[in-house]
Amino acid sequence: MGVEVRAAEPEAAPEAVVSRRGEIAAGLRASLSAGLGMFPLGIAFGMLVVQAGLPWWVAPALSFTAYAGSLELLLVSMIVTAVPLATVALTTFLVNFRHVFYAFSFPLHLVRHRLAKAYSVYALTDEAYAITAASRERWSPWRLVSMQVALQLYWVGGGVAGTALASLMPGPIEGLEFALCALFVTLTIDAARTRAQIPSLLLAGLSFTVAILVAPDAALFAALVLFVAMLSVRHALGARRSREATDA
Amino acid sequence: MPDARYLVALLAIVFVIDLALRAVPFAALGALRESVLVRRFAVWMPVGILAILAASTLRGTIAADPGNAVSAAAAVAVTAAVHLWAGRRTLLSVGAGTVTYVLLLHFDVAAAIAGALSGEI
Repeated sequence: MGVEVRAAEPEAAPEAVVSRRGEIAAGLRASLSAGLGMFPLGIAFGMLVVQAGLPWWVAPALSFTAYAGSLELLLVSMIVTAVPLATVALTTFLVNFRHVFYAFSFPLHLVRHRLAKAYSVYALTDEAYAITAASRERWSPWRLVSMQVALQLYWVGGGVAGTALASLMPGPIEGLEFALCALFVTLTIDAARTRAQIPSLLLAGLSFTVAILVAPDAALFAALVLFVAMLSVRHALGARRSREATDA
Repeated sequence: MPDARYLVALLAIVFVIDLALRAVPFAALGALRESVLVRRFAVWMPVGILAILAASTLRGTIAADPGNAVSAAAAVAVTAAVHLWAGRRTLLSVGAGTVTYVLLLHFDVAAAIAGALSGEI
C-alpha cells in the first residue's frame, strides 16, 4: 500500500498547486447555465412520471441509471406500455449512441483518481460534453467533476421536485424546456470562434438537413453518423492533398 | 403500476448499455490519442455536434407543436443576439431566450399573427 502511494506522488504534485476550493467554485459556475435548462426540464420529466401513473421513485431511478434526458422521457412511455426489454435495449443503444463521439475531445485524461474517472465517464451527458466543448477555460479534475456532479443534482433534483409538484399543479409552465435549445445555441456560438470552424459548421448543417429528409424519426442519430462520415472524407481528402504537396 | 421485476431488469439493461456507450470509446481511443485522425476529429467535431444538438432540440420544440415554429425561431434569434451583444454571458442569453419563448407561448403571439394573416386573406 505505502509503496503505491509514494509512487503516485510525483504525478499528483503539479495539481496540488491549484486551489481545490477555487476549482470546485469554477466547476459550479460552469454548470449554472446548463442548470437553467436541466432543472425545469427535470421538473417536466418528474411530472410526466407521476402523470403516467408510475411511482415517484421511477424518476430518480431513471436519472441514476439512464441519466440522459431524452432517453428517460422515452423510457417513461415505454414502461407504461410495457414494451419488450429487447426493444428497450435497442432504443437505448440507438438513442444514446451519440455518446460514442464525445470521447474524441472530452478532457477525461485530466482526471487521475480512479473513482472520479469512473464517475466522469458515467456522467458524460450532452450538457457536460457541450460545456467542455464550448469553453476556452483550462479544465482541472476538480472543476470537471464538480461541474458534472452539479449537473446531475440539477437533473435529479428537478425530477424529484416535479413528482412532488405534479400533485399540486394543474400542468407544467409551457415552454420552459426551450432553455435546453437556447443552451445549445449559445454553446455553438461559443465553439464557432474562428473561421477555421466554418467547414465543420457547414457539414453539420448539411448532415442534419439530409438526416431530416432521409430518417425523420431518427434525425439526431442519422445526422451524427453522417457528420462523422463527412469528417472522415474530409480527413482522407486532406491527407491526399498534403501528400501531393510534399510530392511536388 | 408495472411489475417490479420488469422495472428492475429495464433499469439494469439501460444502465449497462448507457455506461458501455460512454466508456468503451475512451478505452478504444486511448491508444490512438496521438494519431492524426483522432487529433483532427477532436478539433473538428465539437462545433458540429453542438450545432446538431441545437438543431435537434429546436426541431423537437417545433415538433411538439408546429404552431409554435415562429415563436421558437424568434426565441433562437433573441438568444443568439443577446449572446453576441451582451458579452457572451450564457446564463443571461439562455434566460432571455427562454423567457421570450415562454411569453410568446403564453400570449399565443404566433396564433394571433396567423389569425390576422388569414383574416386579411
